[in-house]
Amino acid sequence: MTADIVRDDMPPSEIAGDEEQLVVNVGPSHPSTHGVCRVVVHLDGETVTKAEPVIGYLHRGIEKMAENRTYLQVVPLTDRLDYVGSMYANWAYCRAVERLAGIRVPERAEYLRAIVCEMQRIASHMMSLGSAAADTGAATMFIYAFDERERIVEAFEELCGARLTYNYVRPGGVSFDVPEGWTDTVLEFCRNHRTALDTMDRLYFGNVIARQRMKGIGVLSAEDAVAWGASGPVARGSGVNWDLRKHDTYSVYPRFDFDVPTGSNGDCYDRARVRLFECYESCRIIEQAIAQMEPGPIKASGMPRLLAPRPGDAYDHIESARGSLGVYLVSDGSVRPYRMKVRSPAFCNLALLPLLAEGHMLSDLVVILGSLDPVFGEVDR
Amino acid sequence: MNITELREHLCATYPDLCPLFSIEFGDGVLAVDSERLSEAAHNLKDLGFDRLGMVTAVDRPTRFELVYRLHSRSMSAALVVKCTVEREDPRVASLVDLWPAALWQEREVYDMFGVVFEGHPDLRRILLPEEWEGYPLRKDYQDKTLIRRPDYI
Repeated sequence: MTADIVRDDMPPSEIAGDEEQLVVNVGPSHPSTHGVCRVVVHLDGETVTKAEPVIGYLHRGIEKMAENRTYLQVVPLTDRLDYVGSMYANWAYCRAVERLAGIRVPERAEYLRAIVCEMQRIASHMMSLGSAAADTGAATMFIYAFDERERIVEAFEELCGARLTYNYVRPGGVSFDVPEGWTDTVLEFCRNHRTALDTMDRLYFGNVIARQRMKGIGVLSAEDAVAWGASGPVARGSGVNWDLRKHDTYSVYPRFDFDVPTGSNGDCYDRARVRLFECYESCRIIEQAIAQMEPGPIKASGMPRLLAPRPGDAYDHIESARGSLGVYLVSDGSVRPYRMKVRSPAFCNLALLPLLAEGHMLSDLVVILGSLDPVFGEVDR
Repeated sequence: MNITELREHLCATYPDLCPLFSIEFGDGVLAVDSERLSEAAHNLKDLGFDRLGMVTAVDRPTRFELVYRLHSRSMSAALVVKCTVEREDPRVASLVDLWPAALWQEREVYDMFGVVFEGHPDLRRILLPEEWEGYPLRKDYQDKTLIRRPDYI
């Protein structure tokens, strides 16, 4: 923990009765904060009595910047929201634009979007599992998970030339069709990935130390998960069966046969394990999508170079690796969005931290924060 | 449940909310008076809207439009609730009591638009530092670092 210099805005240590309440700053720059999150922790001995996240260190004003750009120029901005899952923000934004402008997307483009987003889900979950494991000292898991992630990032690089900020999903379609042999690479990855997941399951979730660090820590009840607006693996770890791909289905997802893994205890262990099982399901979806995909156009025909949708407002959302990611767009009929709002799942999930961390040890705070899987590009926007 | 069924269900349970219902871009929209937001939200929660997905605002030329997006798992439906507040001294009731999800989201709207949520337990800036001046997502926000991009047409 970085108990760094005392800042002006930090509450002073309080002396209550004979016990001293210590106020410690965790972050804003600390490996276990997964970005730049500062948590002001009130401690009674080693027990957390209050944990308050302080966010905004990565606030770039993307929503304001979007008001000053044309609809197409906003797509690269959405890459910078969730920088370990750029495809999702691209897609959510494009869906909102398409809804607003009434664009019909060709079927092949929808399949390609589904494929890259499921690959992105695996990559993002590998990042989450690996770094959360590294926080608890399980460096082996970190190496295994990042090895898997690297293969996906390489495939994305082959597809669109970028490793992190893809700018791949565009209004009306996708930017490139797949290179020759790319689908075979992806299918081979899926085959090998299942074996790797089995290994990781034994290695990490079967490990007695990892289990003790995660079981019964940061328990979130299903009622709280719903009331606090949690989504994604955080909600599903508590047994809330809510996945937009199934329950508010979009694009080509109704054509795929897949399950939604849910946990039952709502602790860090269940949240992490749900992520692992989702990777198996993503592999299933990718294989079905590649089998069903047929040749055809990848961009909507007759797309104007400068979009100026009719006035109105539209919202669309997709299931990202972190939960329901929505984009709300308001058009005034001009070439720039009048207002863009990103409904960030990481922001809503992080709001749960004070609730989950209270009463746990300081070292558990790191595990809880890791299990919420916040990405600060998306939290702060 | 599709939008027509949702409308019928809403009208059967709360006839006074019925005339406020409309459909925009495939979403059911309920335009309520800002004074009656709290009451309407109570009714909608009783109806089965257990999730508050999003709270945001739009700076329209003469007023702020607050946008709430509700979801219901039992009905598998979504509903948008909109209400408008004055640009001068904007105030509206907080929905934190009904959905704790509003805790941070209302703080963000306060941070960016300066809308005061009455009854919010902890209304402070969230993304910007406490000493920040102005509300950046207002259309009349001025900042020397903001440069209007040229029109390309």
